[in-house]
Amino acid sequence: MTDTLLEICGLWLEGQSEEKWKPIINGVDLTLKKGEVLGLIGESGAGKSTLGLAAMGFCRDGVRISHGSVEFDGIDLLTASAAVKRGLLGKRIAYVAQSAAASFNPAHRIIDQHVEGPTQHRVMSRTESEADGMALYAKLRLPNPDQIGFRYPHQVSGGQLQRAMTAMAMACRPDLIIFDEPTTALDVTTQIEVLASIRDIVKDFNTAAIYITHDLAVVAQMSDKIKVLLKGDEVETADTRTMLSAPTQEYTKSLWAVRSFERPLKSPVVVGSIPSVSVQNIDAAYGKSKVLFDVSFDMHEGRTVAVVGESGSGKSTVARCITGLLQTTAGQISFGGEVMPANYRKRTKDQLRQVQMIYQMADTALNPRMSIGEIIARPVQFYLGLTGKAKRARVDALLDQIELEPSEYYNRLPSELSGGQKQRIGIARALAAEPKFIICDEVTSALDQLVAEGILRLLAKLQDDLKLSYMFITHDLATVRAIADEVVVMKDGRVVEAGPKKEMFTPPHHPYTDLLLSSVPEMDPDWLTNLLQERGVDNIGDAAVCKM
Amino acid sequence: MGNVLSIILQRLALGLLTLLIVSIVIFVAVNMLPGDFAELILGQGATPEAVKSIREDLGLDQPLVSRYFGWLGGMLTGDLGTSFSQLNFQTNMGGGAGKTVAQQIAPRFANTMFLATVTAAIAVPVAVTLGILAALYRNTIFDRAANIFTLSSISSPEFFMAYVLILFFAVLNPILPSLSNIYDGMVFSDRLNKSLLPALTLTLVVTAHMMRMTRAAIINLLASPYIEMARLKGMSPMRVIVRHALPNALAPIINVVALNLAYLITGVVVVEVVFVYPGIGQLFVDSVKIRDIPIVQACCLIFAAAYILLNLTADVMSILSNPRLRHPK
Amino acid sequence: MSFIFGTIICLAIIAGTAWAFRRLGQYGTGNAPQYRDMSFGVAFGYVLALVVLVWLGLAYVASLSSNTVVANKFFFLGVAINGFILFSIAAWLFRMIGRHVGTESTRKLFRVMPLTASFGVLIILVYAILAIFAGAIAPYGQDEILQGVAANIIPGGDPALGGDPAFPLGTDQIGRDIMSRLIYGAQNTVGIAFATTLLAFFIGGSLGFLAAVVGGWTDQILSRGVDVLMAIPSLIFALLLMTIASVWSSRLGIPLTVFMVLIIAVIDSTRVFRLARAVGQNIVVMDYIEAAKLRGEGMWYLVFREILPNATAPLLAEFGLRFCFVFLTIAALSFLGVGIQPPLADWGTMVRDSAAFINFAQFAPKAALTPLLAAGAIALLTVAVNFVVDWMLHRSSGLKE
Repeated sequence: MTDTLLEICGLWLEGQSEEKWKPIINGVDLTLKKGEVLGLIGESGAGKSTLGLAAMGFCRDGVRISHGSVEFDGIDLLTASAAVKRGLLGKRIAYVAQSAAASFNPAHRIIDQHVEGPTQHRVMSRTESEADGMALYAKLRLPNPDQIGFRYPHQVSGGQLQRAMTAMAMACRPDLIIFDEPTTALDVTTQIEVLASIRDIVKDFNTAAIYITHDLAVVAQMSDKIKVLLKGDEVETADTRTMLSAPTQEYTKSLWAVRSFERPLKSPVVVGSIPSVSVQNIDAAYGKSKVLFDVSFDMHEGRTVAVVGESGSGKSTVARCITGLLQTTAGQISFGGEVMPANYRKRTKDQLRQVQMIYQMADTALNPRMSIGEIIARPVQFYLGLTGKAKRARVDALLDQIELEPSEYYNRLPSELSGGQKQRIGIARALAAEPKFIICDEVTSALDQLVAEGILRLLAKLQDDLKLSYMFITHDLATVRAIADEVVVMKDGRVVEAGPKKEMFTPPHHPYTDLLLSSVPEMDPDWLTNLLQERGVDNIGDAAVCKM
Repeated sequence: MGNVLSIILQRLALGLLTLLIVSIVIFVAVNMLPGDFAELILGQGATPEAVKSIREDLGLDQPLVSRYFGWLGGMLTGDLGTSFSQLNFQTNMGGGAGKTVAQQIAPRFANTMFLATVTAAIAVPVAVTLGILAALYRNTIFDRAANIFTLSSISSPEFFMAYVLILFFAVLNPILPSLSNIYDGMVFSDRLNKSLLPALTLTLVVTAHMMRMTRAAIINLLASPYIEMARLKGMSPMRVIVRHALPNALAPIINVVALNLAYLITGVVVVEVVFVYPGIGQLFVDSVKIRDIPIVQACCLIFAAAYILLNLTADVMSILSNPRLRHPK
Repeated sequence: MSFIFGTIICLAIIAGTAWAFRRLGQYGTGNAPQYRDMSFGVAFGYVLALVVLVWLGLAYVASLSSNTVVANKFFFLGVAINGFILFSIAAWLFRMIGRHVGTESTRKLFRVMPLTASFGVLIILVYAILAIFAGAIAPYGQDEILQGVAANIIPGGDPALGGDPAFPLGTDQIGRDIMSRLIYGAQNTVGIAFATTLLAFFIGGSLGFLAAVVGGWTDQILSRGVDVLMAIPSLIFALLLMTIASVWSSRLGIPLTVFMVLIIAVIDSTRVFRLARAVGQNIVVMDYIEAAKLRGEGMWYLVFREILPNATAPLLAEFGLRFCFVFLTIAALSFLGVGIQPPLADWGTMVRDSAAFINFAQFAPKAALTPLLAAGAIALLTVAVNFVVDWMLHRSSGLKE
């Protein structure tokens, strides 16, 4: 009677796109013992979710298993009958999806969906399961554990719902749980709760788990072993501490090294110099609800200001006010000392030219029907009035600057490019106008870490070469550490703290800044344990609880 | 629950407002007729008395706005005016009680409602079941065949379907009559027999639309993450459909059904003409041909009211079946 | 009554056979997955399909029999099956030719085209040719009353049954050649429907995009107006307006058909407005539109260079659907007598004129063909366009995933 719970041998998976089948997973092996937690790491598109579902013998529409075997506790999942598989799913193997809000049926109460598993699989009676559910909710530190189950999913917040889904997965006491990026969609501060809850409950019930994520630091906290995937291939597998300290493969090493990019500190700003952009005491509102309260900060030439905050903090709203898309209800915005009209329609072409924006999602930022050349050429023609050969020469020069070969990319369409390349095109389009100031709205948030690093390096180089100012909007503190000169922290439409980077990262801080900084997972496997001890296990930050 | 009630009342008010504006549009359209249209309509045999009677009836010598309110008031109290055809007949024969518009419309309206009810009774269960089955067995031969059939059905003009059905069920194999001459006081089974063929024609057209829309709605639903979650919990396919999909499918299906019943209103016109079924559709077409304005106006308003009512029902039903609105935060 | 009884017995027999079929399948293949997991419904479906196919085959054979009574009974079914086979072969041949002849992009298109779509494209092409070159193709004029030619000649060209080889589809009650009228009908009905759809698209499309881009009060007013116009069912509204138009038409001397085009175009433009506005709104929220706005681009550039190129796929599909709807409405109006007026040949009017012949189907089936041919011509084009639009929508939604 072996210890092995799950054995995947040489698994090949294919996905269908436009009538053709392309490989997603290429011959991956996976072994999991009882009670062991495996972290599955990889960039988006590496096939992690598909592999996780295949471990349950389940394929989504448009995906099929072409070779290999999946054995769970001696049962071959690929040849078992539908009835046998149904007996295993939910009872001995459970799944926790990425989005809890979408995975709960909006028409039924949470507790009803919780007891469905045990009652249908005849593991517990309804009353037993209900009581067990409430105990699990308490264990997972949900507020009002006796009553929260009787709510409907839309009445409960995201982080709480995620934990309720974990409880639902635990309902039948399965031998294996697959966690598919459960904290990716949550705020950094909420993430802590969920991570801690999951880790504890998995340990308490000695459940084996596969934890899928793209966040390296998170995987370091949760798993005993780590497996790295790249484009469907297995790169490396080792236990956590070994892999963190001594990775063997080049790709693994490059993943670990990502967080080391950091710009050298600049000299402080000369007092009295005119800022290239000055935001002074602005208020703004959407209709009746006010979203910005007395926000002020300055941005100087050749420097980067990082505006940090969680979702809803107002960072993007400030950008919209600066560009003039949203009219401020109070205060003013000036470029190089000159006050700007609040509405972009009232600004001159030259005023509009000075500030350019780069967007988060490259898919919606570039017109899919225009070629790369046309996209970059338009601002060149519109602002600088160049045509013909001169225009083409300028576009080629810009493509060079963003490190893409001009002859190769001029006639391509955006759909043919990768995420990182599209983002570079966005940068080139912004540069084409020869602005003084560029707003980068979460430009690396949708990119994988390696690609993001490349973009940050490019932006840094451009800033040095062209003396540009950046306003960098982000929620990721590692990015801030890498690229910022000044930092502005925002919460709920107000500036909480602002100052040079060095000051911000050394204590003492405003309590919210403290919370933010400490909530970012570190690469140390003991980080989470230490953090929880520091904060006191049962009351993890008052501010965080308020957010619930 | 109070929240839901206020939304429903809001919709109801909106519907009534739309109906009011529609009545204005109809009235304005009719008043775009040239000034001397009374003579034009009555033609050669127009007697001065008839012309004068029409002018008085329609109040053509009064300002537009008061005319409108007069008409509207009449509508609401059931006095829809006197039909032109009856008017001519009446004056030419020297008096006697002529039929008012209301008297002409009422029995016809009842007949059409009968036809619509029979159609709905057959079409709705068949279409919804087929739609759900097609969604479940998506991309199988059954689904593809159903797709081709329904596509052909909704593409064909109603009169084509009608004549094909007459051909097969009335002429070649005389099972059902091809002329639906029903009248008051008929035995129910006889009435049903005569109405079956027109009802079948309408069913074919409406079912096709409903089935396609149901299928699309269910496929959309089945792609939801919570359906996948239910499957991953090891629930049987039957349970997934009945407990998880159906409660959420109610809203879109009701929406589809109500919208298609609204479509029934236009289909009924052609079908009644082909089968010579004495309903409001045929009356409308006949009145258009002889330019009997009061009847045209009244029929138009009734059709519009039914249409608006059905759309309103669809709207309200989908609000009621949305759990987010039934149980607010 | 016996009819219902018989149907129930048939269904019971099919159910039993289905159960046996599944059992045998499991037994015979040693419990292979497709039989093991086959639900009863699927088995029932298979057996039912088999029964229907067998019945159709028998009916086809019967329609070819020399016994005229039996042959007449199954005449129309035979015609339908003949037509089905003919169209399938034609579509398959057309697709095969398309896969080898033409430019690289058209060949690629034909390669992924399903049979239904190639059938659709073929039919559309044939109709287009007929419509444009009607004058050259039709043997006689559309309202040409030929001297010395009898009226009501039966289609089929068999003198013994009352036909005439010079008029393969016979003549109508005033002595006009039906085949020529059908061909000219393509020009009139299809041509007028096409022109109306273009007009509706122009009006609805530009107003819809305007509402999407400008937003604010313009959007509100236009949308409320469209809501009101859409609250009246379109056929009813068209009939109402046609009543008014018919009075004005005789007064001003403008043909009723012109009024009809305008009325239907305006009524239909409301649907196009809704779609254009929805599509426009989806595009307008994209970041690249915001980037263009911030650049200071004018309305013209925004609509024509940024928005419109991204809206072609849904607009094209909608054009197909709208055309079908307009085409059917015009046919219905003509059938009711208030649409295209004589002497223009029109399919809807032809159906109305020859509808009575259906009653003779049992004795002289070929006589009943005329109304069915005209109505069938209408149905065929609409089905073809729908198939093509269906394929286009399938492609564009698949591409999004």
